[in-house]
Amino acid sequence: MNKNALDFAIKYGFLILLGGLALFFSLYASGFASPRSAVFILQSVAITGILALGVTCTLVVGGFDLSIGSVATSALMLSAYTMVILEQSAFVAVAVCLLMGALVGLVNGLLIVKMRVPDLLATLGMMFLLIGLQRIPTQGNSIATGMSLEDGSVAEGTFSAAFLWLGRHRFDLFLDRLVPVPVVVFLLIALLIWLFLGYTRHGRLMYAIGSNERAAGLVGTNVHRYKIVAYMISGMLASVGGILLAARLGRGDIASGNNLLLDSVAAALIGFAVLGAARPNAFGTAAGALFVGILLQGLTMMNAPYYMQDFVKGAVLVAALVFTFYLSSRRGGRRTA
Amino acid sequence: MKNVTCKLRGLEKSFGQNHVLKGIDLDLRSGEVTALMGANGAGKSTLVKVLCGYHFADAGHIELGGEPFAPTDAADAISKGVVTVHQSIDDGVIPDLDVATNLTLDRLTEPGVGLFVNDRKLRRQAREVAEGMGLTMDVRMRVADLDVADRQMIAIARAMARAPKLLILDEPTSSLSSSEAERLFALIDRLRAEGVAILYISHRMSDIRRVADRIISMRDGAISGLFETDPLDYVGAVNAMLGHQMTEVDIDPVEGGEPVLRIEGLKLFEDSREIDFEAREGEVVAFTGLLGSGKTRLAEIIYGLSEPAAGRLLLDDKDYRPHGAGDAVSKGVFMSPKDRSVNAVVPDFDIANNMTVPFLGAFSGLSFLNDKAQRRSTDDMIDKIGVVCQSNSDGIDTLSGGNQQKVMIGRWLLKASRVLLLDEPFQGVDIGARRDIGRYIRQTANGRTTLVFVAEIDEALEIADRIVVLNEAAIAGEHKNKNVDLNSLVADVSGPGERLALAG
Repeated sequence: MNKNALDFAIKYGFLILLGGLALFFSLYASGFASPRSAVFILQSVAITGILALGVTCTLVVGGFDLSIGSVATSALMLSAYTMVILEQSAFVAVAVCLLMGALVGLVNGLLIVKMRVPDLLATLGMMFLLIGLQRIPTQGNSIATGMSLEDGSVAEGTFSAAFLWLGRHRFDLFLDRLVPVPVVVFLLIALLIWLFLGYTRHGRLMYAIGSNERAAGLVGTNVHRYKIVAYMISGMLASVGGILLAARLGRGDIASGNNLLLDSVAAALIGFAVLGAARPNAFGTAAGALFVGILLQGLTMMNAPYYMQDFVKGAVLVAALVFTFYLSSRRGGRRTA
Repeated sequence: MKNVTCKLRGLEKSFGQNHVLKGIDLDLRSGEVTALMGANGAGKSTLVKVLCGYHFADAGHIELGGEPFAPTDAADAISKGVVTVHQSIDDGVIPDLDVATNLTLDRLTEPGVGLFVNDRKLRRQAREVAEGMGLTMDVRMRVADLDVADRQMIAIARAMARAPKLLILDEPTSSLSSSEAERLFALIDRLRAEGVAILYISHRMSDIRRVADRIISMRDGAISGLFETDPLDYVGAVNAMLGHQMTEVDIDPVEGGEPVLRIEGLKLFEDSREIDFEAREGEVVAFTGLLGSGKTRLAEIIYGLSEPAAGRLLLDDKDYRPHGAGDAVSKGVFMSPKDRSVNAVVPDFDIANNMTVPFLGAFSGLSFLNDKAQRRSTDDMIDKIGVVCQSNSDGIDTLSGGNQQKVMIGRWLLKASRVLLLDEPFQGVDIGARRDIGRYIRQTANGRTTLVFVAEIDEALEIADRIVVLNEAAIAGEHKNKNVDLNSLVADVSGPGERLALAG
């Protein structure tokens, strides 16, 4: 393979594959190529995508956030608890969840920069802690209106209509009731994170920290503050994901969201391979999430069994990582030679 | 005459085109401490690595105790009797295990040792080794809990357990306090009395005065001086190590205007002497001195990375107490650190982003970066300082060392500063790039004061109006860069005691 072909393959290979996949399913899976199906795919990746954008921010500063899945499920339980048991409004529920996400991010960040706990271990510990914590207030039960409480009374609160709107409302776009709110939120957040990481000085400094932390510090960057902010963004986006999940389910389901962590980390890592970036980036993350969504939707429509899903996701991830690290290193080697 | 333990003849070594050892002839005798001095890149560490089996010599031969000695690897060198204690102590010990295990570790790998470890026997053996070396600590302590000197002793004790013929100590005191170092010297005295040949590599003149029987100076891969008269000629040794050709750069030193930075009663470390100093607007001051003389520490204090033990700084007559690099930069104090690949280069960024990274705030509106402005300023600086590249969007790792360094220096010249600190700006830079950088720094020197920290005297002579010599964290002398008396400059570098000796 000559140099130009290799460069082209690294840069556009993944997007071409994405397009090819879409074309393939359009031809062979009937009903795949329709607006409803496209929206369904977007809806299926919206929540993982939001979490993945958060973890992308921590990857940019050279960190990693394993606690996102548990932050999301905590937000799911917390919003249900606030509305159903404390009988608060949708606004309070959302605010409390965002605050919780920011606080978890702050604690993660402080553990990492002040206590010098390695990022993987700090966020692993936080994940464990949150998985346990979210079960304590309800003795491990799911939360729904009418459930009986410890003191013998019955939970009277309900998920307010405004809150459910977040998960269930669909905007009209050409067709009636086409685009669900979570998809809009996902696209908006993707746009914001893309602008923030790629086009602001804060994003540029975060990439500098991820590339050479010492050098970034020695030019006067407040490395600690940026790292903490990255974890806080990650925590808040994870709780946004949790809120949307709660709004879709309409109950505080203790068993939901088990796959969130792995799926979103996979999307962020697949994103490395998009456009040959070989580093975390918001566009890649969104494309990575979409790639997994298209693949699963297509396979499902072609009657592939559900238990193949994780295997397929894993295979895509491994392929993307090879793409990123092996091919890019070969290109790097040629460039300096 | 003592027996020659190790004899080196015509040793040569190259890495690619880089001729590192250019024919080394050297005799190391038993019961004698030979100090080896040399600036960075003189070839000391390559010589050590050939002796301890990490590298093969390209030409020449070594004899050890009369036998030809050509180690195939590090373990082979050790088994034949050449033992090295490396600079980084924890290479020589296993911090998580106790003293007894550390001292007897090598016995565990001998053939014929049983499966189970007999702790009591192990500890007895360890105590014997420790007592033999004059070590008094409890052998059940974890090595990580010991102080640096004790860990160093254990590394040496482990080395001695193999009864070496030649012991190489590579900067063994670099992390020891003076009282800890004294314990090490006492140990060296014992080993010398036992007839071990010792090769002692150090930059610290006080160490060398204390332990050396003879001094060998290296420069540019060759032995540039051998000193074994009594008393040893320390100034001559430093001179031979630093060397100096007359520089081709002609400098007309300026006096400078108003003082910009004043240093009053500054102590770099708890036990060092006070420094008083004034840097004036428009002048370039070079601080020079051996490794460990406090140059980097001084730069770090001015840039807000370290706290001084005492004293204060004044910037434009106002109290100046930076807390961190960001604060220093906002007050107009910039620093280009040494070791650019570790401390300065952002490998994922292109030239333009590497150059503008400290001033992204100035290149953005409402936090959004103005890519065009970044690239325009970068192109401007590329022209002025002469970076050889195809465009400002080349990856930084596609550039040669000299050009990378130009980008790193150019970074701090984009904006006006009050104090510009350059720590080893010519490290790993070819002569052409070095001239370009020096010329441009002098050209732009007006409006700020520039402090350059260099170990090489030649580099100081090439760039400075004034040269200040540091020795053991204190100012040992100051010279205006016009017809400098090189002998007295070198005498300052090797220590204030020497100057008195010369005068007397």
